[in-house]
Amino acid sequence: MTRIAVMSGKGGTGKTTAVASMAWYSEGLVLADCDVDAANLALTMRGRLRIKDDYRGAFKAVIDDRLCVECGKCEVNCVFGAISEFQVIDIRCEGCGACKVVCPAGAVRMELRKSGEVFVLDTDRGPMVYAELQPGESNSGKLVTMVRRLADGLSESDGLDTVLIDGPPGTGCPAIASITGVDLILAITEPSRSGEHDLMRLIELAHHFSIPICVAVNKWDLHPGLTGEIEESCRRLGVMVVGRIPYDPNVNKAMKAMHPLPSLFPNSPAALELHRIWKEIRTGAMERKGSGVVLNLE
Amino acid sequence: MACALAIALDRPMTFLDCDVEGANAHLFLRPAMHSREEVFVPCPMIDADRCDACGRCVKECQFGAMIQLGKKVKLMANLCHGCGVCRLVCPRTAITMTGRPVGIVHSGTAGPIRFYCGELRTGEALSVPIIRKIKEQRDDLVIIDCPPGTSCPAVESVEGSDFALLVTEPTPFGEHDLRGMITVCRRLGVPCGVVINRSSGDDAIIESLCGAEGVSILMRIPFDRKVAEAYAKGGTLLEAMPGIKDQLLDMFLDIERLCR
Repeated sequence: MTRIAVMSGKGGTGKTTAVASMAWYSEGLVLADCDVDAANLALTMRGRLRIKDDYRGAFKAVIDDRLCVECGKCEVNCVFGAISEFQVIDIRCEGCGACKVVCPAGAVRMELRKSGEVFVLDTDRGPMVYAELQPGESNSGKLVTMVRRLADGLSESDGLDTVLIDGPPGTGCPAIASITGVDLILAITEPSRSGEHDLMRLIELAHHFSIPICVAVNKWDLHPGLTGEIEESCRRLGVMVVGRIPYDPNVNKAMKAMHPLPSLFPNSPAALELHRIWKEIRTGAMERKGSGVVLNLE
Repeated sequence: MACALAIALDRPMTFLDCDVEGANAHLFLRPAMHSREEVFVPCPMIDADRCDACGRCVKECQFGAMIQLGKKVKLMANLCHGCGVCRLVCPRTAITMTGRPVGIVHSGTAGPIRFYCGELRTGEALSVPIIRKIKEQRDDLVIIDCPPGTSCPAVESVEGSDFALLVTEPTPFGEHDLRGMITVCRRLGVPCGVVINRSSGDDAIIESLCGAEGVSILMRIPFDRKVAEAYAKGGTLLEAMPGIKDQLLDMFLDIERLCR
C-alpha cells in the first residue's frame, strides 16, 4: 500500500482541487477526505453510495436530575467547565467521565452519541471515504483515524495500491492523525506570507515525525518573488519542491461546476502541471513504500 | 479580514489570534512582541512505587492515554486531555496531577492594539488549552481571528463572543463550510453575519443559503487577479484595495447593531 497525504498548513491553498485532479489522472486508487470539519472532496468527485454509517465517537455525560443530590462534586472535578447548575453543557463536555466517577449518587451516566457520519462512495476512479463531523463536535482526530482505517481496508479489499489523502488545514490533532503512517506528504502552499508561515510549521511537523515531505507552490505566478523565497527556504531545509502550479481561472470554474479540473479543462495550465506533479510524487511515494512512520494515535 | 478590520478601526482594542495551528495575524499587524507565557495542561504523574498496575486508570481513560505494559502503567502524554479521571479512580493514590507545557502565548502591541497569539508546540495535538489561555484577555473591544473548521478549536474561539463574522467564498466548498459554521453559531447562541470573499458577481449560492438561514450578508470583496497579487505581496486588504476602509467601518456599525 502506498499512502500519500496532501496537506497545506493554511486552509484554502488548493488541496482539494489538487487531490481531485490527481485522482482524475490516476488509473485507480482509494481516496480519503480527512478534512472532516469541512469535507469538500465529495463536492467534486461524485459517485454511487456504497456505505453510510453513523460515527459515534463522543461520549457525553448525562445527569439524571431525579437521582442528583446537588452536591456539586461533578462541577468541581470537571476540568472542561462543562457542568453548571447540575446540568451538562453538551458542547463543552469531552466525555472523560470524571463526573460519573465522583458522583456519590450514581446520577451520571455516559451516553455514546452520534457525532457524525462516514461514507464510502464509488467514484469512477475508485472508492472514496469521507466523513462529516456534526458542526461543533469534538474528537475530529478520532474520526480521521476511522476514515484512514476504512481507506486502508478498501485498498486491500479492492486491490488498489494507492491511498490518496486530502488532509485538513493546521498542525493539530486531525492533521497529525492524517499524516501518521503515510509514505509521502505533498504540501500545497501559496505565495503569501501566511501560506509560507504555515508551510514552515507543517514541514516542522513532518520532520518532527520523520515523514518525508515535498512541496508544490500553487498560484505561484501571483508573486514570483515570494515563490522563489519559499522554494529557497525549502531547499535549505532539504525539502524537495516538486512543482509550480500557475494561477488559472479554470480552477474556480471547475470548482463551481463541481467537477475535477482536468475533466472540464484538460489542457488548462494548472491541470497539466498537476498531472506532472502526480506522476512525480506517485513514483516518489512508491519508492518509499512502507517507510511511513506509524504514530501511536487513537 | 480580522487584521484589516482592526487596522481600519484604528482605536484601542485587543486582538486575539486564536488560530494557533496557523497563526498569521502578526504577519499583517506586525506587533512589537514583548512577552511570552508558557501554557500548561494538567497531566498525570504516576508514582511507580505506589502503582500496582491494577489497570483502573487504563480502563477509565476515555482517550487511550494510559497503557498497561506488564506490571507498569505508562502515560501517552500526547493523547492525554488532562481530565484527571485516572487520579480520581486510582485506589492507591499513585497519581498526582502536574503541568505539561503544550505551547506559548505571545503578547505585544501594534499601535493602539494589544496583541496576543498562541503557538502550539510542534507535535502537540490539542490547541484548545492555548486558545483558552489567549481568551483570558478582556477589553471593551476584542477582535478574534478564529481557526478554520467547525470542531473544538473553532468552537472554543467563537464561544462567548457577541458576534461572529463568517468569511466565505461563492463556491460549493464555501457554501458547505459556511453552513456548518452557521450551525455552530446557533448552538453557541452567537449572532452572525457573512462576508463574501472572492465575490465574482454571481454569489447566488451564498445568497440563497443566507436567505434561508436568515443571516445577513454584510460585505462583498470582489475577486480579480490584481487584488490577489497585491494580497500575496503581504499587505492587508486595506493596501490591496484602497477605498475598502469605509466599507469596513460601515460594516462595523452594522455589526454593533446586530450584536446581542
